[in-house]
Amino acid sequence: MAGNGSSFLGWPVLRQLASGDLLGRGAAVTSRRTRETEPRTSTADRVVQSVCPYCAVGCGQRVFVKDEKVVQIEGDPDSPVSRGRLCPKGAASEQLVNSPSRQTEVLYRAPGATEWQRIDRDTAIDMIAERYLESRRNTWQELDDKGRRVRRTMGIASLGGATLDNEENYLMKKLYTATGAIQIENQARI
Amino acid sequence: MANADCIVIQGSNMAECHPVGFQWVAEAKARGARVIHIDPRFTRTSAIADTHVPVRAGTDVVLLGAIINHVLSNDLYFHDYVVAYTNAATLVSEDFVDTEDLDGVFSGYDPRTGAYDSESWAYQSRAEPQVPDQEGGIQGPTGDEPDAKTRAHAGGHTLGASGAALEHAQVVRDETLQHPRTVFQILRRHYRRYTPEMVRDVCGIPVEQFHEVARAIVENSGRERTTCFAYALGWTQHSLGAQFIRAAAILQLLMGNMGRPGGGIMALRGHACIQGSTDIPTLFNILPGYLPMPVAGEHDTLEDYLASIASPLQKGYWTEAPAYTASLLKAWFGDAATPDNDFCYDYLPRLTGAHGTYQTVMEMLDGKVEGYFVVGQNPAVGSAHARMQRLALGQLRWLVVRDLQLIETATFWKDSPEIATGELRTEDIRTEVFFMPAATHVEKAGTFTQTQRMLQWRHQAVTPPGQAQSELDFYYELGRRMRERLAGSTDERDRPLLDLTWDYPQDEHGEVDGEAVLREINGYHLTGDRAGELLSSFTEMRADGSTSGGCWIYTGVFAGGVNRSANRVPRDQQDETAAEWGWAWPMNRRILYNRASADPQGRPWSERKKYVWWDEEAGRWVGKDVPDFPADRDPSYRPAPDQGGPAAISGDDPFIMQSDGKGWLFAPKGMVDGPLPTHYEAQESPVRNPLYTQQRNPGRLVYPRKDNLWSPSGDEPGSDVYPYVFTTYRLTEHHTAGGMSRWLPYLSELQPEMFCEVSPELAAEVGLENGGWATIVSARSAIEARVLVTDRVRPLTVKGRTLHQIGLPYHWGIGRDAVVEGDSANDLLGLVLDPNVHIQESKVAACDIRPGRRPHGDALLRLVEEYQSRAGITAVTGNERLDEVTPEMAARRAAAGSGQQAPAPDETEGEG
Amino acid sequence: MGYLARQLAGPTDPAPDAGWTEAPERKGFFTDTSICIGCKACEVACKEWNALPLDGLSLSANSYDNTGGLGASTWRHVAFVEQSQDRIAQARESGRRLVELGMPGVGAPPARREAMPPAPVDGHGPDLRDMLAAANATTVEGTPVVGPLPDFRWLMASDVCKHCTHAGCLDVCPTGALFRSEHGTVVVQADVCNGCGYCVGACPFGVIERRSDSAVSVRGDGHVPDVGVAQKCTLCYDRLTDDQTPACAQTCPTTSIRFGTREEMVAIARERVAQLHQQGFTEARLYGANDDDGVGGTGSVFLLLDEPEVYGLPPDPVVPTAKLPEMFRTAGLAGVGLLGAAAVAFLGGRR
Repeated sequence: MAGNGSSFLGWPVLRQLASGDLLGRGAAVTSRRTRETEPRTSTADRVVQSVCPYCAVGCGQRVFVKDEKVVQIEGDPDSPVSRGRLCPKGAASEQLVNSPSRQTEVLYRAPGATEWQRIDRDTAIDMIAERYLESRRNTWQELDDKGRRVRRTMGIASLGGATLDNEENYLMKKLYTATGAIQIENQARI
Repeated sequence: MANADCIVIQGSNMAECHPVGFQWVAEAKARGARVIHIDPRFTRTSAIADTHVPVRAGTDVVLLGAIINHVLSNDLYFHDYVVAYTNAATLVSEDFVDTEDLDGVFSGYDPRTGAYDSESWAYQSRAEPQVPDQEGGIQGPTGDEPDAKTRAHAGGHTLGASGAALEHAQVVRDETLQHPRTVFQILRRHYRRYTPEMVRDVCGIPVEQFHEVARAIVENSGRERTTCFAYALGWTQHSLGAQFIRAAAILQLLMGNMGRPGGGIMALRGHACIQGSTDIPTLFNILPGYLPMPVAGEHDTLEDYLASIASPLQKGYWTEAPAYTASLLKAWFGDAATPDNDFCYDYLPRLTGAHGTYQTVMEMLDGKVEGYFVVGQNPAVGSAHARMQRLALGQLRWLVVRDLQLIETATFWKDSPEIATGELRTEDIRTEVFFMPAATHVEKAGTFTQTQRMLQWRHQAVTPPGQAQSELDFYYELGRRMRERLAGSTDERDRPLLDLTWDYPQDEHGEVDGEAVLREINGYHLTGDRAGELLSSFTEMRADGSTSGGCWIYTGVFAGGVNRSANRVPRDQQDETAAEWGWAWPMNRRILYNRASADPQGRPWSERKKYVWWDEEAGRWVGKDVPDFPADRDPSYRPAPDQGGPAAISGDDPFIMQSDGKGWLFAPKGMVDGPLPTHYEAQESPVRNPLYTQQRNPGRLVYPRKDNLWSPSGDEPGSDVYPYVFTTYRLTEHHTAGGMSRWLPYLSELQPEMFCEVSPELAAEVGLENGGWATIVSARSAIEARVLVTDRVRPLTVKGRTLHQIGLPYHWGIGRDAVVEGDSANDLLGLVLDPNVHIQESKVAACDIRPGRRPHGDALLRLVEEYQSRAGITAVTGNERLDEVTPEMAARRAAAGSGQQAPAPDETEGEG
Repeated sequence: MGYLARQLAGPTDPAPDAGWTEAPERKGFFTDTSICIGCKACEVACKEWNALPLDGLSLSANSYDNTGGLGASTWRHVAFVEQSQDRIAQARESGRRLVELGMPGVGAPPARREAMPPAPVDGHGPDLRDMLAAANATTVEGTPVVGPLPDFRWLMASDVCKHCTHAGCLDVCPTGALFRSEHGTVVVQADVCNGCGYCVGACPFGVIERRSDSAVSVRGDGHVPDVGVAQKCTLCYDRLTDDQTPACAQTCPTTSIRFGTREEMVAIARERVAQLHQQGFTEARLYGANDDDGVGGTGSVFLLLDEPEVYGLPPDPVVPTAKLPEMFRTAGLAGVGLLGAAAVAFLGGRR
């Protein structure tokens, strides 16, 4: 509709007269940036169907990805649960993912230390595995005080799961149970 | 919900906490449905509701009980439904004695343990009608250790979806409902004193308003209409929270509102996968699919274990528990699990009591817990008695926090308020802390189970940034490395870990394939022609080891090798049931017990409320949903008396997971604090229980400790030191303890500071100014908050006395990393738990409020102590299980097996 | 009315007036405050889509409103108003009088209309047709459809740029930074704006503002874009270029914010106000739907439950340029007069 801006005909006064926008309030005054505007939802490389991570209503989300970065998250109009709508938290999901304060490094605080230090993830998982097995050894109960077989550890506990996936909860419960840890809990109890 | 004619939202602030779910309420309202909001505060839900009913926090059983009484006394219940589909006509044992006759305790109470033996609550048996507690009767648990027994069963949903085991379903019924021992008559007597006047005096609700609510429910129930209830943590977070929900269930059954479109009781859950984390539990007391965790002394063998879940002679699908259990153990221990070794049943660790999160925190304080994983939670802010939580973290040897941001739980060692008070010193805290960055929901693929039991697959959009990783990858890796370190171990205790099936395919980024895990959860045929095929239904599971399946209720999610949770047929391309979007357990049913939407003969109750019905010609149940019933069972089918399991489900037994096929008005088993909801005051209450001498729920779990003190209640001396009631809650703009909201600028800006909501009357009484500061002091701690003076909080008149309630959102915490911070309302709370589900009471407690900011440093502790000493509190205050009664009543209680006096609580310390 | 005359006042279709020859139908919002739950999803979705900075992080102690009002960095704003019973009674009465007076902004008088609620879909859902059939507005059981006046109410309303038919901001803009889009909306071009601020004073609603340097960045680098530049709602101009719904309307959980052609929005709004009146909620009224008002009607139409002032909206907004022809005439006359006087003086001087 608006003429292209780079030619002589794109010169504002001429546009103003040519377009009929005599007062220069519409088509005639659009800048090149305005004329080339496109929503980032249209220029995304792909759109992925997801589910809102906040409450348990389970609203559908569409995640727009450009250059392997999430550029927009909005409601999925196809969802019979939410019909494309999101509450303020769901609408802030993109900020949750791209938050500048988000931690992406593993941090370690030694006993008595006053500061964090960065460590490698691989090292951290090794350290945790060692501590897990050591604490399990330290606190192993084969029998309880009444002599009944319990084969467990009361020295390792876990809290969390309600914000995680079913598959994650499944692996957690499976692993903890196999190691004899039983104090496994989540928000459902809170 | 959109199909409801009346929606009662009670114990939930749905518009604020589930705004998008609230669209269905808004829609029902636009179509003319009546919306009633019953809540201590006028919230954004009340703003849209037709009626807001302010109620004193913690008195819901009185209101619901009075409506029950109203419909029973005036014959307003749905008679045909009640007779056919509930246990109203069933006779209860002669040994049952009601709270109305024992001044606040039911028969079977053991004051030594604070627990009930539910034997006397059992149904009368057809086999031995007069001697129900003899052989033919329904046996209670027979564990020889009352403590272990009651404490293990205290794990409430050990019985989960199963209800409780019954030996059989040979009950005696009087369908005229006249026999004095029918459930119906017991109910009538139990609620007789729950009158509109009682509601006025206890709940603070005027009589006219009570009638308005009762009339709305009655007019909108029956063949043509349905009423729906919605609740959330406003019901669960009480010392008798499970009984609040039971009370609503009784009312909904009486009104015929269960299993029908627009009916039911909606539990509005607060986290994306909180339903899933109960189904596949990260909970101490259950295994996937609500199978119980084994208890030492009770479930020593697989046989004992299975017998406790279901008798083969009871009705319904729980009789197949052996198949579910064998399939689970096959999924976990693979080839090592054989029929000869009871499928490695012995590999499972045993419970010896309650090992919930609060008990665990007290163990931490006592130095018994070395390592703690905190995964996507923020207990330093979000758990009750947050102070105790933080102090406990300092007693650990190591702590792993997995989150997106540096939440307060991760930084407690440098930023917690206890550092400021001098109780903790960073250099003295020996806890090693690992902060592991987590992946967000778009950086991993997997399923969430939403509040209506629907699994929805999320596709991965991008890979996690930096060193962030999913829990799936982390736990897989942790397990792999522990197994590596133990490889070759000959220690018998390492067998479960070494025999564990722990081999999941990984993609090119090294990420575990979530679908492989979901397939394991769904389960496989292991032998025969179909070996290697995925199961299509839990009915294919076998107890002989020929099938596997990690969570029987989820079986079918991968039927035919297709990930059905990823179904995404757009809503405009399917009907309103939307069965092709996601997958709901069990078997993609959207409304549970939907057989009840048809009458006993299988015809819809009405054209308007048609949902599932019997197609005589086809000889099948048909309708808008997957029938939650054996598909070809004729409504007229009656089982032979000695049958059990699914075959024993009558053609008119809609409640197929209940052991007698009926909806339970009276719970003969399964509830640990009574077969009927009855009113007790909250742990801390300014009001005396008007019904009984017994002030509080005698079955609640108490923890008498010096760091867990309570204000005196009612008219006890010192109760005036903490004269106000406070309640805690969420706001739309934040999410629980703030980990996913206080770090986001757009959400923080909308609710930037901790505040308290008070009425203009209270503000005037105490001298609070809108926008100023207030200090709120409880028997545990003191916090500060900005003041919002508002008419949305109204003083109530309870027995002629003005009672002020204070509202406190609980999203803020003290740290240095979030966009906004503030004191945590959870610091004010103590630990007292509902005995069924071990959820703490955080919706009601006592406090004082004063103008100005709180003192800092040591002065804060002194302020709290000054209050405690003025109120004369000791560890015993409020922790008495039984209140003193007359000798006469004590004798009557003793005769009913509900012993006389509890020992002083300090002697029973270490409960749990 | 001639082209020039309708440029400054009265009903018109603004996009063709601004030279858009093949303009699509004029777009707008209808914000139905009677179903707003005050969740502020619109505020967040707007800020997220447009990457707006924060205004600040302080508690206002004004109910649940902590963003205060529309501004350079807040393009959707939810107002919260707490009211007692007498105020509700007044609102109900004033709304009823508006109807009786046949005020065009209110919508058609509802009394003779059959504004029945929709029939239940497929036999499901409540059917209130029977209830409303009764002339005395009671249910079949005799319960009044509208109960007694509540003791208290909490109004919530999401405000936004009105996208006026005659937009003061646009008409005074000397640089062409503000323009009328093909959708009939009013949009700022940040790359053109020189921050002169004329538009700020010209908006009768106080919507447009220049972004001050006190805005708080939401970005890792702390940068606040477009400081000094005039900013306001663009009605998601970028999304409209690809037929997408503006972010606020897309996210609104209860459809309190609807988006569509202005004609459709006004029609729905009139229907809704009629329905509410029929149910006895006579406090309902429309705002911005009257094309003869001081701004020629607004692209964003609202259903309010009380006087506009209650929500912080001007009761009778008039675009400052509406009087421009008159002013020109007056100025012209004055000029002629001056010329005359000068001539007289000149002539007199020659005498």
